Amino acid sequence: MKLRTFKGGIHPPDNKHWTSHKAIEDCPLPDELVVPLSQHIGAPSVACVEVGQHVAKGQEIGSAKGFVSVPVHASTSGEVVAIENRPHPFGTPLPAVVIKPDGEDSWSSNLQFTDPGSLTSDELIEKVRQAGVVGMGGAAFPAHVKMSPPPEKPIHTLLFNGVECEPYLTSDHRMMLEESERVLQGVALLQYVYGAERVVIGIEANKPDAIALLKKQCADAAVEILPLQVKYPQGAEKQLIFAATGREVPSGGLPMDVGVAVHNVSTAAAVTDAVMLGRPLIERVCTVTGPAIKEPKNLRIRIGMSLSHLVEVCGGLVEEPGKIILGGPMMGFTQVGLDVPVIRGSSGLLLLREEDIANSPEGPCIRCARCVQACPMNLMPTTIAAYARRDLVEETEEYCAMDCIECGSCSYVCPASIPLVQLIRHGKAAVLAKKRNALL
Amino acid sequence: MSQQLYLSSSPHVHSGETTPSVMRAVLYSLVPACGVAVYFFGIPALSVLLIATLGCLATEVVCQRLMRQPVTIADGSAAITGVLLALNLPPTSPWWLTLLGAVIAIAVGKQVYGGLGSNPFNPALVARVVLLISFPVQMTTWSAPAPLGSGLDLVTTATPLGEWKNAVMLTGAMPAEMQGSMAGYFLGNMPGCIGEVSALALLLGAGYLFYRRILTWHIPATYVGTVVLLSGAFWLINPAKYPNPVFHLVTGGLVLGAFYMATDMVTTPVSIRGMLIFGVGCGVLTVLIRLFGGYPEGVSFAILLMNAATPLIDRYTKPRTFGTARQGGSV
Amino acid sequence: MLAAILSLGCIGMVAAIALGIAAKKFAVEVDPRELAAMEVLPGINCGACGFPGCAGYAKALVTGKAEPNLCPPGGAELMTKLARILGVEAIVMARQTAVVLCQGDNRKAQLKFRYLGLEDCNAAQRIAGGPKACPGGCLGLASCQRACPFDAIEMTADGLAVISREKCTGCRKCVAVCPRDVIRMTPYESSVHVMCNSHDKGAAVRKYCQVGCIGCHICHKTVPEAYKLEDFLATVVYEQDAQAFEAIPKCPTKCIRDFNEGYPEGSTFLPINNDKSDAA
Repeated sequence: MKLRTFKGGIHPPDNKHWTSHKAIEDCPLPDELVVPLSQHIGAPSVACVEVGQHVAKGQEIGSAKGFVSVPVHASTSGEVVAIENRPHPFGTPLPAVVIKPDGEDSWSSNLQFTDPGSLTSDELIEKVRQAGVVGMGGAAFPAHVKMSPPPEKPIHTLLFNGVECEPYLTSDHRMMLEESERVLQGVALLQYVYGAERVVIGIEANKPDAIALLKKQCADAAVEILPLQVKYPQGAEKQLIFAATGREVPSGGLPMDVGVAVHNVSTAAAVTDAVMLGRPLIERVCTVTGPAIKEPKNLRIRIGMSLSHLVEVCGGLVEEPGKIILGGPMMGFTQVGLDVPVIRGSSGLLLLREEDIANSPEGPCIRCARCVQACPMNLMPTTIAAYARRDLVEETEEYCAMDCIECGSCSYVCPASIPLVQLIRHGKAAVLAKKRNALL
Repeated sequence: MSQQLYLSSSPHVHSGETTPSVMRAVLYSLVPACGVAVYFFGIPALSVLLIATLGCLATEVVCQRLMRQPVTIADGSAAITGVLLALNLPPTSPWWLTLLGAVIAIAVGKQVYGGLGSNPFNPALVARVVLLISFPVQMTTWSAPAPLGSGLDLVTTATPLGEWKNAVMLTGAMPAEMQGSMAGYFLGNMPGCIGEVSALALLLGAGYLFYRRILTWHIPATYVGTVVLLSGAFWLINPAKYPNPVFHLVTGGLVLGAFYMATDMVTTPVSIRGMLIFGVGCGVLTVLIRLFGGYPEGVSFAILLMNAATPLIDRYTKPRTFGTARQGGSV
Repeated sequence: MLAAILSLGCIGMVAAIALGIAAKKFAVEVDPRELAAMEVLPGINCGACGFPGCAGYAKALVTGKAEPNLCPPGGAELMTKLARILGVEAIVMARQTAVVLCQGDNRKAQLKFRYLGLEDCNAAQRIAGGPKACPGGCLGLASCQRACPFDAIEMTADGLAVISREKCTGCRKCVAVCPRDVIRMTPYESSVHVMCNSHDKGAAVRKYCQVGCIGCHICHKTVPEAYKLEDFLATVVYEQDAQAFEAIPKCPTKCIRDFNEGYPEGSTFLPINNDKSDAA
């Protein structure tokens, strides 16, 4: 049977064999945790503790500001030693709460077990918000916002993203294998909130063990396990929805416009913790991998651990890294150093050696059309990029630059090594600036 | 340590396929065709190949030096132009004609527009057509193949297409002896340009390009398909006058044109629909020129005309963006 | 031969007459002042006035939608001319010139990392705030140079943008494109500038730049009215900078520069010798 997928896309070497067979390990606590107050899309949280104060594990240390925002919690018990600007994965230093662990690692006494059956769906969403649950695939969009669609947009299909199409990363894969109960419990809770008729877990066919296990565990439940063709970016929201439902999210629209909600499988597990145990999102699984690392591992890390600590736990470096990437190689962000902390959206830490870095000089476009054929959004990347380079804003917009999902497929295949994604981002920024100016 | 780190925009990995590697693959794929040409036409063909290739490389160096630009002959694109130009010339073409062709191809066909990627027309075809119009005698002096070791000299004769055109112009009907030798034509045993002779060798090379995913089926298939359908229609109407589709396929420059000249990435549309339109257009024009035009062969003109239409085709075949309505319908 | 010459000549004649008639018949009435304004405008369509090109500005001028002082490239001379054409009183705007307030090229200022990608300052700025360790320094990827319609900006070999005071017309295109706000508009008469744009504390500046302002106050103490300090960064008070040059030799990081004495290191621009006694 031909597996479902989308049009376009690429087949980069997945390099998952480094860690896909390795069980999740608990990462020991470091001497210092730097918990940034800005870890999600939306307004940053505001510190609500003071320097010198003792905090318990799971205690709120930054409160949410506005609806599209979530609180931030202490990842362990200890003393707040500083609240100041610290290096941040986004590139420039941002406010963070620095905690010196006391070694007790004791949970806050306010957190307790709740019977989800006694909760209304609004109460459930509130618990998710309080726990600071965000999308754990990388974008870190607050989950409670996604869980509250307006009444005129009913959700009939609830889709879980277990695709993990980024090369190297295996954290979702290990979650589905080792913590399938937590994942499935979260799936059930989210189904209750949305009242969706159809529940699907989409998994790329390169994870047959996870597919088999979840199929077995869902044999009696109404959850459909959907194997998908191995192709990047199968896990991109719009492409996943198309593969699972045959519907296209309209240009400029959201999944709810076609009656679908998408959550990552790890987010489902975090929802379970939040609702059943009242435990906030203070840890996650992160794949530490790449040719520059001695022992690649899947680590259960606390939010705020520094990258250097993760590297140390994985046996250190083989050689000086040339590139440090938080996230996957296709959409991850390069880092300025190893003193940066991991945040809620950090699904992987990838260290490349200098020789692994794609660095061929840019040449002229030979119009080979590979980017056009690779684009999962059916755009003409080379045309958009050419307009963006010359700052022709209207033409950039006309060729649908704003529909670009920045998956990187075009840059990956470009034989002329044109930084297509970067140029399109440049163009998108210009289009947005023009729109802002028009409003003023 | 941090000063040694590289930072960049995503993605951080690359397929490894670069412009030079693509160009090299195209050059490799032309080896069988060149080999067959040298086998059939001997040393003259080899010298045309060498003069054209070296001429193109030299012209590129001179042009880029003059314009104070970095010299980019290492990307292989000029070499491809040279080989393709040679394949589009008669094996008996004098050295000065070949060299002039090389200079025209690179200087007029490519560098004046800004070099690789900016030329609207296929440089090799520009050169061929300029030569064809300026030096009709030298450019249409064909010779029958004289395989290496056969001891034969190259003897002047007409191409199958030329022979047919002459006969039709004179008598209004196709000469009877032209029906038989299709297999010989296919293997390369016919007079013509260096690269036209063996469809088999060209297809072998094209197969490699398909395997490397450098060539896609869209343009060659629609081009050849259109020629077969349209010439087939004429043949059915009047088989006494018009040759059958197989004759069209194996003679002249159709295979070379459809697989190598019409698939030049720079001068063809980028969208799938655009490529299909391009292929059909080339096919229609080729058949019309062959059957009704003044020249016996129409592949070069057809491709150049469609090259000219490429920006227009690109403009009107913008792919439908994911999540937007099909024309006249909803998502 | 003769027939050919005659027939071609006739065709040419007929076409010429037809064109002549058409030009008269379909002529569009244009305000003569608009034409006159077009005559004197520089014709470089830089857009500094906020209208679509010089023609757009000329139209706006005669329809009363624009003042005659919106064309910095034309300078005071043009403003007077325009005012005369329009029959209004001239309001002359002082000539301004853009200055890159940074001398930290790739040899004098540290980089945070090696940047790979698009050679464009705005694109580089989006990658972890740009490769320069200094948050305000010139990134040296020539976005301003490409934006300049007057060829007034050059990039030194070590990656620093330098603006020619003579070629700059004050159109502000470079100011708009620079992501780091390191290009400032200054009065043309003021040639002394504090060449730094970092608000970091002195100790931090010293770590990443040999020629940055460390906020030591010495310039302010030397010529109090000509310098002010804000967030560890000194700036020239251009309204009263007559004696500002006195502080130049005192600056410990050689961060203050008089452009009449010379352009930043690596620049090929030469100062026009403004003899101070002569000016006074």
